Amino acid sequence: MTELAWAVLAAPFLDMAGNPRFFAEVLIGGVAAGLMYSLVALGFVLIFKASGVFNFAQGVMVLFAALTLVGLMERGVPVVLALLATTAVMVALAFAIERVVLRPLINQAHIILFMATIGLNFFLEGFGEMVWGADVKRLDVGIPDESITAAGILVNKLELTAAGTAGVLVAVLALFFQRTRIGRALRAVADDHEAALSIGIPLKTIWVIVWSVSGLVAIVAGIMWGAKSGVQFSLSLIALKALPVLILGGFTSVPGAIVGGLIIGVGEKVGEVYWGPLVGGAIENWFAYMLALVFLLFRPQGLFGEKIIERV
Amino acid sequence: VIYREAGQFKATYADDQAIFPIAQDRWLVALGLLAIALVPPLVASEYWLQAILIPFLVYALAAIGLNILTGYAGQLSLGTGGFMAVGAYSAFKLTTAFPAVNIVVVFLLSGLIAAGVGLLFGIPSLRIKGFYLAVATLAAQFFLIWLFNKVAWFVNYAPSGTITAPPRTVLGVMVTGPRATAQVRYLTALAVVAVLALIAKNLVRGRVGRSWMAIRDRDIAAEIIGVRPLRTKLLAFGISSFYCGIAGAELVFLYLGSAETLAFDINQSFLVVFMVIIGGLGSILGSFLGAAFIVVLPILLTNAPHWLALDMSVALQKQIELMIFGALIVFFLIVEPHGLARLWQIAKEKLRLWPFPH
Repeated sequence: MTELAWAVLAAPFLDMAGNPRFFAEVLIGGVAAGLMYSLVALGFVLIFKASGVFNFAQGVMVLFAALTLVGLMERGVPVVLALLATTAVMVALAFAIERVVLRPLINQAHIILFMATIGLNFFLEGFGEMVWGADVKRLDVGIPDESITAAGILVNKLELTAAGTAGVLVAVLALFFQRTRIGRALRAVADDHEAALSIGIPLKTIWVIVWSVSGLVAIVAGIMWGAKSGVQFSLSLIALKALPVLILGGFTSVPGAIVGGLIIGVGEKVGEVYWGPLVGGAIENWFAYMLALVFLLFRPQGLFGEKIIERV
Repeated sequence: VIYREAGQFKATYADDQAIFPIAQDRWLVALGLLAIALVPPLVASEYWLQAILIPFLVYALAAIGLNILTGYAGQLSLGTGGFMAVGAYSAFKLTTAFPAVNIVVVFLLSGLIAAGVGLLFGIPSLRIKGFYLAVATLAAQFFLIWLFNKVAWFVNYAPSGTITAPPRTVLGVMVTGPRATAQVRYLTALAVVAVLALIAKNLVRGRVGRSWMAIRDRDIAAEIIGVRPLRTKLLAFGISSFYCGIAGAELVFLYLGSAETLAFDINQSFLVVFMVIIGGLGSILGSFLGAAFIVVLPILLTNAPHWLALDMSVALQKQIELMIFGALIVFFLIVEPHGLARLWQIAKEKLRLWPFPH
């Protein structure tokens, strides 16, 4: 018994203290992975804030964006042009989703909309695969996937870029939400659909905008994930990890998505490296969900979410 | 003209509360049951039984399980695959540890174990709902699959990591294992599904089912009129997992023969969710219709190109299948949120008046 307690409670921390450089590397790896989750989670938050729709298809949208970009580049389209075309595709997708899925389901229960996005998820997965093929593709956008040493700690350039991008994206989104007219309208819609409608905010336009914006976020996330691990269909599964991130951060909070992603990413990596061997490893698969589950029991609104959970 | 209840009077409460109050329905169901019990084993080929009918029955059972939880009690679950895995692995452990125990008893016991696990993962539902709960059930899905993958004890330390249905007999007839004929496995699955579906039907139209629906429709109001949310929700989780567990055990023992955790991954969970949505949320009949639809659709899609003399690769078929699944989900949610079961209802209403328009 004492041995077990020692192995669980003390030994991992001694390991950490014994090799701080390695610990720092694990931490950085976790932060980088977490930022990737955050990028996906951001798209969820945007749509949820503005329309109350929990968009299960965000992960596939990331994949779809990356696939489109890679597919175009493979056909010899220059990077800039391919980016523009991908953006256009994502905006068109937003229009299509609003028209075909959201508008007929207006005023339905949230759970119905959620299930509709599950359907959307499968449709897009099949569609993307059909158009662009199912094999793993390499995405090369000119960011070298190599490591540099800073203060004796290995840092991956790609991960650094991803971190920078995530930071910039959050800043831009925060500005967009707080300072622009459209951002204000978005927040109004998120607050109260009917009130927003009655003061003349066009709901349909807002939805198209917000789905387009999360489509753009999906492109960024797709580029980062694609550059890191290749464009492949496991991407859509990795995106499921964004769900616990959201629970931790709160469904309506942009900073929450970032912080939640970091906690999940770091927790996952540290747990895997220091505690994983005790139970045979590969705990990365479920650690995030379990963390979210425990978290839900104590703080259902997340770290930064609005506290409007009703209890029965 | 044929389908009309004129002249059938309900003289007792028992008549009024019958599952099939109309005589024609009773005849139809009795004949239908007789037909599906007798005809396929005699007529259907091995392929039909193995590829369509047996999976249909197994998935129908899983769909009933999920429908109890999602359709009746309103708790969305994405962990069906995990609960099915619990059923399958406990059936395997039980029957290898106690070979003398009748396999049907083993199925029931493994259902109970799955119910226990379901209760455990249902606890969060007391504080959270909607998609928050969906994430909690995802935790069940991923954790359980990981557990069965990692702990070799569950597969009796088989190096391949697969569980295989050992040969077991019921009343002297080989029911599971490689030498069990498809006919026998079909009939076993049919018997289990028929009994459990009957129980489920009676559960959902009784007191328990009504309290589930009350919780689903307005949980606060339900609590005020005296439905205890804690007990009701946990009961839904328990019973739902019981059904899913037995379905999982049947999936391995009667359908696949041997399986690894891959057979219970997240896609399996989604498949059952699709069955429930397409078949009809909150309908036992819908569970059967949805299961039939989802089982038959891929086979249709595989064969359709042959009939149309088109040349289609396997990958393309898979992709089109995904697209059709997705589009159908959205289509059903928009056009007919109550699924195929509702279409059946409408057809019945029409049939009562037929051939007159009003």
